[in-house]
Amino acid sequence: MSEMPQPLPTGSEWSFESIEIYDREIGCVAREYGLDVYRHQLEVITAEQMMDAYASIGMPVYYHHWSFGKHFLSTEKGYKRGQMGLAYEIVINSDPCIVYLMEENTMPMQALVIAHAAYGHNSFFKGNYLFRTWTSAEAIVDYLVFARNVIAECEERYGEEEVEQLLDACHALMSVGVDRYKRPPKLSLNKEKERRKERESYLQSQVNDLWRTLPQGLEREATQSERRFPAEPEENLLYFIEKNAPLLEPWQREIVRIVRKIGQYFYPQRQTQLMNEGWACFWHYTMLYHLYDRRQLADGFMLEFLQHHTNVVFQPPFNSRRFGGINPYALGFAMWRDIQRICQEPTAEDREWFPDLAGSDWRESMDFAMRNFKDESFVAQYLSPRLMREFRLFNILDDPREPTLRVRAIHDEQGYRTLRQCLAEQYNLGSREPDIQVWNVDLRGERSLTLRHFKYQGRDLGESRDAVLKHVATLWGFPVRLEEQDEDGEVRHLTEVRIDRRKENQRP
Amino acid sequence: MLQIIDRRNDSKNKSAVNRNRFIRRFKGQIRKAVQDAIARRKIADIDNGERVGIPSKDISEPQFHHGRGGRWSVVQPGNDRYITGDEIERPEEGAGGRGSGASLDGEGLDDFVFTLSREEFLDIFFDDLALPHLIKTQLARIAEYKRVRAGYTSTGVPANINVVRSLRGATGRRLAAGGPYRKTLRALHAELAELEACGAGDGERAAEIRAEIARLLRRIETLPFIDTFDLRYNSRIRVPAPSTQAVMFCVMDVSGSMDEQKKRIAKRFFMLLYLFLTRTYEHIEIVFIRHHTLALEVDEDDFFRSRETGGTVVSSALELMLRIVRQRYASNVWNIYCAQASDGDNWEADSPKCRELLESSIVPLIQYYAYIEISEGEQQNLWREYARVMASHPQRFAMQQIGGPEDIYPVFRELFRKSLA
Repeated sequence: MSEMPQPLPTGSEWSFESIEIYDREIGCVAREYGLDVYRHQLEVITAEQMMDAYASIGMPVYYHHWSFGKHFLSTEKGYKRGQMGLAYEIVINSDPCIVYLMEENTMPMQALVIAHAAYGHNSFFKGNYLFRTWTSAEAIVDYLVFARNVIAECEERYGEEEVEQLLDACHALMSVGVDRYKRPPKLSLNKEKERRKERESYLQSQVNDLWRTLPQGLEREATQSERRFPAEPEENLLYFIEKNAPLLEPWQREIVRIVRKIGQYFYPQRQTQLMNEGWACFWHYTMLYHLYDRRQLADGFMLEFLQHHTNVVFQPPFNSRRFGGINPYALGFAMWRDIQRICQEPTAEDREWFPDLAGSDWRESMDFAMRNFKDESFVAQYLSPRLMREFRLFNILDDPREPTLRVRAIHDEQGYRTLRQCLAEQYNLGSREPDIQVWNVDLRGERSLTLRHFKYQGRDLGESRDAVLKHVATLWGFPVRLEEQDEDGEVRHLTEVRIDRRKENQRP
Repeated sequence: MLQIIDRRNDSKNKSAVNRNRFIRRFKGQIRKAVQDAIARRKIADIDNGERVGIPSKDISEPQFHHGRGGRWSVVQPGNDRYITGDEIERPEEGAGGRGSGASLDGEGLDDFVFTLSREEFLDIFFDDLALPHLIKTQLARIAEYKRVRAGYTSTGVPANINVVRSLRGATGRRLAAGGPYRKTLRALHAELAELEACGAGDGERAAEIRAEIARLLRRIETLPFIDTFDLRYNSRIRVPAPSTQAVMFCVMDVSGSMDEQKKRIAKRFFMLLYLFLTRTYEHIEIVFIRHHTLALEVDEDDFFRSRETGGTVVSSALELMLRIVRQRYASNVWNIYCAQASDGDNWEADSPKCRELLESSIVPLIQYYAYIEISEGEQQNLWREYARVMASHPQRFAMQQIGGPEDIYPVFRELFRKSLA
């Protein structure tokens, strides 16, 4: 860096040269702060392409399905009627990290996006343990290409309708098709391809074995009747179906696997939204201010930047018409700023609450937090009393047994711990989504599959459950039962879906 | 190290496949929406895209999620009134245990609304009509344009300069600009000649005049021979290739026996003819004639809406049409098409008169006459008389008895075949 940094280009029009200059300067600042990032690649796209990207959850390549068309149509409608703007950026967790810049944006916006996505999100993808464990940035794009080709091939061979029906069923189970605890093997395109054929034949033979119905002699019956299958309940429905559904063809198993893999890839994003967005906001704010302090950015640039920034991190209060829950950008940004503050200028309260954090090196402490937490634990660990006061948080308990709602805790001395715990719970995907597991398969009888919903806080399943169960039944091929177990361990049978064999080829 | 990739010119319609699949999957619902749209639309509006809505619940993608029951604890921001232990009345809709009731009420959930493009809309419109593929593509095509001369303009490219026009303009300009000088010049010459005649040709005044004449001649000479604004260019403009005009008569029986369903089919029939005409003609006028025992020219709204009782005299409509043609559409300028829809009822003695009218006056004037009888049962007397007309004018007259929209196309078969050839 020269002693007298050059001011960066001004004006709202962007050009490829100015983007390059901004990227270089922001990159320098990022290195000064020690951000560890993947290489990145900026791609300039039009608004229409942005909508395309939206429809396929941001992925550069994706297989075809009607539901993506539906999302495209609704985005397009909203955008064309001016009801919604498009997101400023889409960033893809891949190596190199792909960042989309929209053609319509002004230069300050492009700089904001570069700082936010190409350095903020990028470093989060590279550093956070969930992403390190569950996603393989270097392989995802290849895998998506592989997935699209497999699905296109299947469509050609077995008909679009067949494949569509299967995908519908898989999509319905996507949220209960993830491993929450097991560590998955790394994705690799070559290995996938190599092993695909092998897997197909092997899996089928396994399944056949499981369902062999040749007479085995009576003496074995006694032992078999006690055998439970699966031996342990299985939380990953798609995995279980892929491995054990008796009637699926090998190509169908392959598609189930693809949907499951992709669902798994997105699982960390759902668990770290608050941290990830907050982290990216923190860095675009910090880095652009850094450049401004060095007089490299003009006042006009900063005004435009701040306008966008404040819009993004604005938190309307609960009684405002604009309120739509806690804004993850706002809370995340505030929490990261707060951690920085606690490190740099701790108060007596901070020393009491965060003895290890107060006064430590902020870069190191933040890096530690970024690497080792997810939303739930991040809130439980780092939400400070000061921030609770600032956001004026309060907790309401809705218990159907009580006549009224009750305010359980507010931002005061007695309430801090409860509040923090409740908010952390709110970010726990495990309690936000129903816990449904594969409980049993009736091996000896009608081969029905029993799913069990473990009730949490007395919450029932929503009315969509029957529709989802129908999808499970199409995949399984035999009756599917659903039961629920409440917190006292009492089990109730809820419903059962049978598919009519003769209508098997129809849509559910 | 940094890579910036310009993707703006890459494939634009990445989602087109997904969009098509969406439309194909919900064709049933979309078709219904399109049918509603057709009922709402004017005939001449058929050629546009359309916003359609289909019920959200049909296209939902179900996932397991929590219902309404159970204990919930929420952390909210912006507390400005509560302290720990406060009790709050349950909001109305949150009344516990009424989850199923709420979902029943929720049946009228907002529709999923989106816009069909013109192609998609027509595609679905054609679908019902069982049109052959070739015809579909022809109708969906947008009119082609050709470039024709359209006089001259003062701007253009050098290759289009019209030399004659430009020089003529230059000459005119020079004449006009030099006019005042020449007038003075003439006066001066006259004065000089007078002076010379009086023998004062060497006088002071004569010398002055000569100097002035020389000055004026120089002036005239300095007028530019050709100037940029003299330039004229040949002008060519784009005009739609078939730049002719057509008038379409929609004749419909509105007697009591024509119910709503029959009228809807008739509307499809008129729309299809209209669509065909827009592909062939630049300018189209539509005349609506409805009749029972009396014929009346009405606007489109009245045409489809009103319903009268009483008998039917078809010839009244034909007479009215003939009168309108004679008054407003001299047949050498206008291409005349007529589409008639009826349920086949006619007053017994009137049918021969209709044939008479058609054969002697109407058919010679028009390009094509399409008649549909929307009925299930045995054909009526009008049909028998019309059949005779068709026998003598197979190229210009078509008729069909139809039960549903898919039967409409054969009426136009001859017409479409001709235009394709």
